[in-house]
Amino acid sequence: MGLRTTRRPGLIWLGLLPFLGFVGLFFLLPTAVIAYTAFRVGTGSGSRFGGANIAAALHGAYRMGLQNSVGMSVVVAIVAAILGVILAYAITTSGGRSLQRLVSTSAAVLANFGGLPLAFLFVAVIGNAGVLTTLLRDRLGIGLHDDLHFDLYSQAGVQFVYLYFLVPLMVLVITPALEGLRPEWREAAENLGARGWHYWRYVAGPAVLPHFLGSVALLFCTAFSSFATADALTNGTLAITPLQIENAVSGNVLVGQQNLGAALALNMIIVVVPLTLLYQYMQNRTSRWLR
Amino acid sequence: MAAVIDTTAPPIGGARKAARSAPGNRKGYWRRVVLLIAAIYFLGPFLAAFWFTIHDGAGVNLGAYTRILAAGGFSSVITTSLLLGLIAVVVTLLLMVPTMLLVQLRIPAARPVVELLSLLPLVIPPVALVVGVRDVLSWGNNSDYVQISDIFTALQNQQLPLILACVYVVLALPFTYRALDAGIRGSNIEVLVEAALNLGAGWATVLRRVVLPALRTSILNAGFLTFALVMGEYTVAKILIFRTFPVWLAQSANTDGRMQVALSLLSLVLTWLILFAVVWIAGRSRKAQR
Repeated sequence: MGLRTTRRPGLIWLGLLPFLGFVGLFFLLPTAVIAYTAFRVGTGSGSRFGGANIAAALHGAYRMGLQNSVGMSVVVAIVAAILGVILAYAITTSGGRSLQRLVSTSAAVLANFGGLPLAFLFVAVIGNAGVLTTLLRDRLGIGLHDDLHFDLYSQAGVQFVYLYFLVPLMVLVITPALEGLRPEWREAAENLGARGWHYWRYVAGPAVLPHFLGSVALLFCTAFSSFATADALTNGTLAITPLQIENAVSGNVLVGQQNLGAALALNMIIVVVPLTLLYQYMQNRTSRWLR
Repeated sequence: MAAVIDTTAPPIGGARKAARSAPGNRKGYWRRVVLLIAAIYFLGPFLAAFWFTIHDGAGVNLGAYTRILAAGGFSSVITTSLLLGLIAVVVTLLLMVPTMLLVQLRIPAARPVVELLSLLPLVIPPVALVVGVRDVLSWGNNSDYVQISDIFTALQNQQLPLILACVYVVLALPFTYRALDAGIRGSNIEVLVEAALNLGAGWATVLRRVVLPALRTSILNAGFLTFALVMGEYTVAKILIFRTFPVWLAQSANTDGRMQVALSLLSLVLTWLILFAVVWIAGRSRKAQR
C-alpha cells in the first residue's frame, strides 16, 4: 500500500491537530466545565467543592421539573414510537419510490428543524385565536379550552406539538429495520401455516423489537432535551428541566446557587448518555443481520 | 431543534426493495387508511396555518408575507443568521474534509477517535452544553490577560457572535461526519487518489480534480445540513442572549402574530425545498455513476 508509507510517520498525526483542537475547545472543554462547575459551591475566591448544587438540583421545584420532564418524555416517546412504526410500515410496504422520497425528506425537515416553527404553526391552528379554535367555537359552540380542556400553552399542548416531530423521527429511524424484513420470511411463515398475527408474534416482532426499543430511547432523549417548543409555547414557565436550566443561568436562583444551572445540565447528561448508548447498541445489534 | 438525531437526508428505500405484505392485496385497505390519516394529520395544520396567515377576518390578505421584509429588526437578524450559517459551513468543511481524508488515506488508526469525537455531540443535549459554553465565556471575559479577554469580546460580538458559529459546527459534527463518511466510503477514494498520484499529479491537483468532484454530493449534503441547523437553532442563541433569526422569530409574536406564522411556514417550506433539491441531485449523480 503505497499510500500508507510515509517518511516520517509520526509527523502526519499533526494533521489531526486542528480537528482535535476545535472539538477540544468547543465541545470537550465546555462539557468538562459543566461537571466541574456543578460541584463548585459559592463564587469568586470563596468557592469550594461541595455537593450543594447537586442536592438543590434534586430537591423541591427542580426535582418536580426532572420528574415532569421524564414523565412527559416517556409518554410522548411511546405514543410517537407506536404511531411512527405503523406509519413507517404503511409507507415501506406501499412501495412507491416517489412517496418514500417525499416522506423521508419531509420527515427529516420536521424531525430536525421543526421544533420552533411547529410551535407557531400550532398557535395559528389551536392557539387562543387559532383557526380551529375559532371554528369550533363559532360554528359548533365548543370551546377547545373550556369544554375539551385542551390548552396549547400547557404541558399537554407541548406534548401534542412534540408528536409532530417525534413521529417523523420514528419513521426515519425505524424504516431501515422494517425494510430489512424480507418478504421470504413472511412467505415461509405462511407456508408453515402462520396467520398474520403469528408472523408478527414470532417472526417480524422479535426481529424488529430491539430496534424499536432503541428508537423509543432515542425519541425519549429527543423529547427530554427539547427546549425550543416548550419555551416558545409557555414563555419559559413550564416546569421542566431544560427551561429551568435557562432560568437558572439567567440568574433566577437563590443566593449561593449560582452554579445550579450546571448541576441541572449534569442531571440531563446523566439521563441522556446511557439511553443514547442503548440506542446505538440496539442499532448496531440489529443492523448486523437485518440487511 | 431536535438535536439527538442521526438519520437525515439519505432517501428511504435506496437500493433495497421494500418488504411487501402478504401476496394478493387483500389487506391493502388498512394501508390506505393509515396513509390518509397521516396525510390529514400532517398537512392539516400546515393548511390551517396558511389560512390563518392569509385571512384577516375581512377577507384574503397577503399582508403577513409582504410585511416580512419591512419588519423591524428582520434585515439585521437575517443577516446575522445567514453570515453565521456561511461561516459554520466553511469552517465545517475546512475542518472535516481534510481531517477525514487524512484519516482515510494516511492514518486509519485514528479513525475510531475521530468517529467517536464527531458523534459525541449527540450525547450532550444542546441545552446542557450551552451551560458549559457560558461558563467558559464568562471565565474568558474576566481574564486578567487583555489579549484573552479581547478574543472573547470578539467571539461575542452582538452583530456577528462567532461563538455561535463555533458551537453550531460542533452540534452539526455528527451530521457532517455521517454525510462525508458515506461519500468517502462510497467513492473508492483510495484507489482514485493513488491512481492520480501515480500519474504524477501533485496533492493540490488531487484535491481539486479528484477528491472534490468525487465527494461533491456528500459535501453538498454536509454543507446543507450545517446551514439548515444554523438557520433554525434556537436553544443556544436564546440562552447566550444573541439575536439570531429564530430568537427574533420567537419574540415577533408580540408585534405581529400573523407574520410570525407566515415566517414559520416559509422557513419549513424553504428548508424542505432545499433538502429535496439536495436529495434529488444526490440521486441523479448516483444514477450517473452506475
